[in-house]
Amino acid sequence: MFEKLLFGNLNYEAFPFLYNPIITGATIFTILVGLIILGVVTYNKLWVYIWKEWITTIDHKKIGVMYMILAFIMLFRGFCDAALMRSQQAIAVGHSAGYLPPEHYDQIFTAHGVIMIFFMAMPFMFGLFNLAVPLQIGARDVAYPYLNSLSFWLTAVGAGLVMISLYVGEFAKTGWLAYPPLSGIVYSPGVGVDYYIWAVQISGVGSLLSGINFLVTIFKMRAPGMTLFKMPVFIWTVLCSCVLIILAFPVLTATLALLFLDRFFGMHFFTMAFGGNAMMYINLIWIWGHPEVYILVLPAFGVFSEVVANFCRKALFGYHTMVWATLSITVLSFVVWLHHFFTMGAGANVNAFFGIATMIIAIPTGVKVFNWIFTMHHGRVHFATPMLWTMGFITTFAIGGMTGVLMSIPPVDFQVHNSLFLVAHFHNVIIGGVVFGYFAGFIYWFPKIFGYKLDEKLGKFAFWFWLVGFYVAFMPLYVVGLMGMTRRLNHYGEATGWHPYLVVAAGGAVLIGIGIFFQFLQFYVSYKNRVKNREQTGDAWEGGRTLEWSIPSPAPFYNFAVIPSVDTLYPFWQQKQKIAAGEKPVAPHYQDIHMPKNTATGFWIAMFGGCVCFGLIWHIYWLIAVGLIGVFAATIMRTFDTKIDYYVKADEVTRTENSYLKGAV
Amino acid sequence: MSTHEHHDHHQQETDSRLVFGFWLYIMSDCLIFASLFAAFAVLHNATFDGFSVKQFTDLPYVLTETLFLLASSFTYGMAILSLYKNNRNKVITWLIITFLLGLCFVALEVNEFTHLIGEGHGPDSSAAMSSFFTLVGTHGFHVSMGLFWMLVMIIQLFVFNTSDAVKRRLTYLGLFWAFLDIVWIFVFSIVYLMGAI
Repeated sequence: MFEKLLFGNLNYEAFPFLYNPIITGATIFTILVGLIILGVVTYNKLWVYIWKEWITTIDHKKIGVMYMILAFIMLFRGFCDAALMRSQQAIAVGHSAGYLPPEHYDQIFTAHGVIMIFFMAMPFMFGLFNLAVPLQIGARDVAYPYLNSLSFWLTAVGAGLVMISLYVGEFAKTGWLAYPPLSGIVYSPGVGVDYYIWAVQISGVGSLLSGINFLVTIFKMRAPGMTLFKMPVFIWTVLCSCVLIILAFPVLTATLALLFLDRFFGMHFFTMAFGGNAMMYINLIWIWGHPEVYILVLPAFGVFSEVVANFCRKALFGYHTMVWATLSITVLSFVVWLHHFFTMGAGANVNAFFGIATMIIAIPTGVKVFNWIFTMHHGRVHFATPMLWTMGFITTFAIGGMTGVLMSIPPVDFQVHNSLFLVAHFHNVIIGGVVFGYFAGFIYWFPKIFGYKLDEKLGKFAFWFWLVGFYVAFMPLYVVGLMGMTRRLNHYGEATGWHPYLVVAAGGAVLIGIGIFFQFLQFYVSYKNRVKNREQTGDAWEGGRTLEWSIPSPAPFYNFAVIPSVDTLYPFWQQKQKIAAGEKPVAPHYQDIHMPKNTATGFWIAMFGGCVCFGLIWHIYWLIAVGLIGVFAATIMRTFDTKIDYYVKADEVTRTENSYLKGAV
Repeated sequence: MSTHEHHDHHQQETDSRLVFGFWLYIMSDCLIFASLFAAFAVLHNATFDGFSVKQFTDLPYVLTETLFLLASSFTYGMAILSLYKNNRNKVITWLIITFLLGLCFVALEVNEFTHLIGEGHGPDSSAAMSSFFTLVGTHGFHVSMGLFWMLVMIIQLFVFNTSDAVKRRLTYLGLFWAFLDIVWIFVFSIVYLMGAI
């Protein structure tokens, strides 16, 4: 009784590393890595530095870097899940059962999907927003710096919950969208789905707040003179992505809340009995889910537009069509959700509507692809790594787009629904579009944040292994999909003929793994050679057109010593032209800069929020109470704090700017 | 003088930026309610045991609830008018009246809920009741949060007087409060009025 009060549903069975060898291995690995990190931090006496400069920071650039670190850690975790699945499918044929029992395999594919979308792609995207948006629009920070830090920590806590589920309890075995009735309490009585619900909910709140934050930043904080049609394309895509976040994420929050009510309070929204309607869940979740695809890919399109113009030394072809294509995709993304379940039986007319709407989306997307190609046409293409990722994207994404249009035809979809053909398709667009785009953007803006470039040679190795690995891993899946292999199988018969293809696919996963290895090596080597690779000009790739390249690298903490005035789409390009024509730049007049102070409030709110989630997962009621009190107390205490900002004096700005000119920083 | 004007101008710009974000939050909250209304629309006939909103709707009772909530919006408006005149004590008085009216609304709703649960028609009795309790309960939860917020603002008025930050926060709360009124109008019409027919 007392144990129940103290630990809720936690007991011996909740710790799988005590009896499952694979999880024991993973646990020991994590503990070792954790101890090494803690040791290094303690040995170098970095705790105060990490607390003051990173955990409590509300500087958008540092928050962006933390998002990136989170995204790369979760990329590694999600890739490990992928490698487990590929190797299981490569050996679990005929008499061999493979090495992963179904209940473990089911957790792995669920965790893979959840991690890659919510804890790799979303943090990566918000990381890019943070790194680039204020710099591109000539702002000193985002609209709500403190909210920005809160958003990050909420996302990090969500990722933490998924990681904890590996060691304490289990993760969902339902697939990444947790369809009921399987995810209901009757068929999933364990804590897996609860981990899923609360990890996604808490990070979803973070995403929603970030969406609001960046939309306000873009609407209200652009440099004077930067009208909407003088915004860089990346800003347009972020704007559209934020609109989608604000419209779509509340639906996700509501849907998962209903699933929680079903599980926790025995309600009947999606149950099989008492009048529940499971198909309503599938509709609701995809009303969020399809826009989510565009939330992720539109910023990637924005990155490509920036990169292609920079590395072709040529203005982007068709700026206006690019903007309108982005806007039409934004609108259309809300009228296609039903194509995820044509087989539900909504009737021919409904399916036809959603099928046609889906095909129509290919048109603005095609416009974009041609714009990038025409930008390269007659340009001076420089084959730096961001440009390689861009060109890899154009080819790969075109293939993925075509298989998508194929599946938008309902009768075809009936044949390949839930098959590996579908799995191949969405990896084709998400890896080829989103992941390649984010990598390009990360390498592209890296020098602006850190002041040195990433190693180009290792970057090229990483690119080629990723690109070839992608094709080797996923093209065979199209084939087995057409041969009738459904997704999420952990064992299949010899006579199916799928085995050779799945062995090849596993080989592809190895190649991608080598690509990831080269990326981590690239970070290490670039950091080691940071003095040699120092980037002094501010215009790291030499073809910069937009405002972020007009300030020194690494960007000073206040970004712009003087807020620029803008009267053209390409302010920095124009400035370079003027200087080349012999025009003398005006000596800047520095003024005091108003800056927000660091705060730990966001961190504490997120941590107490994590306590609430953990308590709800395990039914530990005192922990829920403590967490809720903590969240409210931290929030309210912040509103009583009046010393939340300070001024950077003009002479300090002058000193910092001069030290940049001398190259001393 | 010029620095003072500069400060005012800066303040206005910041305020318009901050309030815009709050509008966006309200829009997103609106979508949570939209999802719950959609769930109610789909499930309100899935009564399973035959007990539906029609059987228990007592329109005069719900009208009383409605009047409490609408009156509280009016008194909140009075509080804001006093705020513009920087009359702190009047603001606090009006906020206390608003708080009490809101509390009456919540009490009436809690009474209705406990009554239903006591008769065995709780949120776990059928999909229709689940969607009813969740939709109406989410609104009630928002109102309760608003009441809690109002208490915090009353304390802040004592501590900070009618400072810029307090004014801005009372503007947020006002938007929130009016938004809950509007949502309630929809709850009243769609759940109770249409349910009673």
